[in-house]
Amino acid sequence: MLDAHHHPQFERLVYVEPTTEQTITGLDHRHLLGLSDFSARELNLILETARRFRDVLDRPIRRVPTLRGITVVNLFFESSTRTRISFELAEKRLSADTVNFSASGSSVSKGESLKDTAQNIEAMKIDMVVVRHQSPGAPHFLTQCVDAVIINAGDGAHEHPTQALLDMLTISDQFGKIEGLNVSIIGDILHSRVARSNIHGLLTMGANVTICGPKPLLPVHLDKITSNGQLRITNRLDEALEGCDVAMALRIQMERQGRNLFPSIREYHDQFGIQMHHLDSHKDLIVMHPGPVNRGVELASEVVDHERALILNQVTNGVAVRMSVLFLLSGQSVTE
Amino acid sequence: MEPNDVIKAQLMDAHDLERTLNRMARQIVEKFDLDASKASSFALIGMQTRGVFLASRIRKIIQEVDGIDIPLGILDATMYRDDFRMRLKQPVVRETKIDFDIDGRDIVLVDDVLFTGRTTRAGLDALTDIGRPSSVHFLVMIDRGLRELPIKADFVGRRVPTLPGEEVRVRVLELDDKEGVWLVGRPSSPTI
Repeated sequence: MLDAHHHPQFERLVYVEPTTEQTITGLDHRHLLGLSDFSARELNLILETARRFRDVLDRPIRRVPTLRGITVVNLFFESSTRTRISFELAEKRLSADTVNFSASGSSVSKGESLKDTAQNIEAMKIDMVVVRHQSPGAPHFLTQCVDAVIINAGDGAHEHPTQALLDMLTISDQFGKIEGLNVSIIGDILHSRVARSNIHGLLTMGANVTICGPKPLLPVHLDKITSNGQLRITNRLDEALEGCDVAMALRIQMERQGRNLFPSIREYHDQFGIQMHHLDSHKDLIVMHPGPVNRGVELASEVVDHERALILNQVTNGVAVRMSVLFLLSGQSVTE
Repeated sequence: MEPNDVIKAQLMDAHDLERTLNRMARQIVEKFDLDASKASSFALIGMQTRGVFLASRIRKIIQEVDGIDIPLGILDATMYRDDFRMRLKQPVVRETKIDFDIDGRDIVLVDDVLFTGRTTRAGLDALTDIGRPSSVHFLVMIDRGLRELPIKADFVGRRVPTLPGEEVRVRVLELDDKEGVWLVGRPSSPTI
């Protein structure tokens, strides 16, 4: 027998991961409703697959035939521009057939219930449903009334899993890992599904997460999660930025708030907005934002354009992560 | 071997494998009249996963014997497969890494086993999306027959007629704990 370590022909190729087919399977979930119960193995599989799909986006022909014959409906009960476009682009890059449905100008404005809308869509033989809804749990409810694979594109203040996945892909590319990093999420945590998905995902991946915002915008039950020691809560921005690797600013959502939970936009910016002097005093700090940015509120305008702001990387990664999720979940979608 | 595999015969040992790779390297050099000037108009592309290692070894042989550095690319055709939704196991998308322009090159695509021809078809489609090679030739270690598409290999390590339900396992030390080629039966799982 030849010896692998001494024979020159058997040198290892450094760029092929030493995984074997026996150790890998797909996702343990049939739907993507939230990241709260996804394992680190599943999250890693989604991120690794997303990197492969991102390579496709750099080719002369930015389309693969992977989901040919699969029909995806984008069911948006709540207005959205970038998430809807990102999903639509991901579906088109995978050659899926797509149907768009938005609440305005549809039967919903005529009083149709979510269940009836869903069952009508199902009757049209749809394989996958990407749903955004103002009510938390709406995607979960859909899994009970239709057979299709459900992907949550944001449900109320519950979860927005693909946003957290693209954030994690951006972080992991920047640092080569997620485990052990200090990530601070700053802003309106109470109303933020992005924060919730990121907290679940980042903690599962072994990051230390700090939550920072005005007291009325912090959820009261967060101490339930702090028990494992990785989650820290503070009302002071300088505390959140101390030793921090990634500062994730959240959008102040005027439309979701409805009442004044902090004195003024200007005071918010003074106390919680990330400004140039923060970037100057924290030389390695990376800034992220799920968009759309309110310039001069969560981030000073010059911070948005700074080279350490990865906001546009996040957008590119959004398409790749959504291709990955659509691909990994589509495997089980065909009913014989 | 994989779970449920029942070994029926060993078709090649490590020595056979190496000798066959040497022979195919000679065939490639002869067929494409390879010399140092051809390094920019020729390339080997290995198909994930074991084709990559076979291609890498052929490249190494040509480098040592002929002193020619041939570019080597890696191709994963999972995104182009037509059967991934019919499989019981979710396929893994692996890396595609081709650092050179394939336009105008003579390409030799390398895989371990040629069976239905569907992976080869997917690989050709993937190549077509990346560029326009001047020609594509196909090299396999084992041609086990039972084709479902009009595809043939230009360089064949060994032809082994097999039955439906059997599988051919090519194992290489870079990835596996042993090296050689085995014919196995799969009594408890359906063939795809």
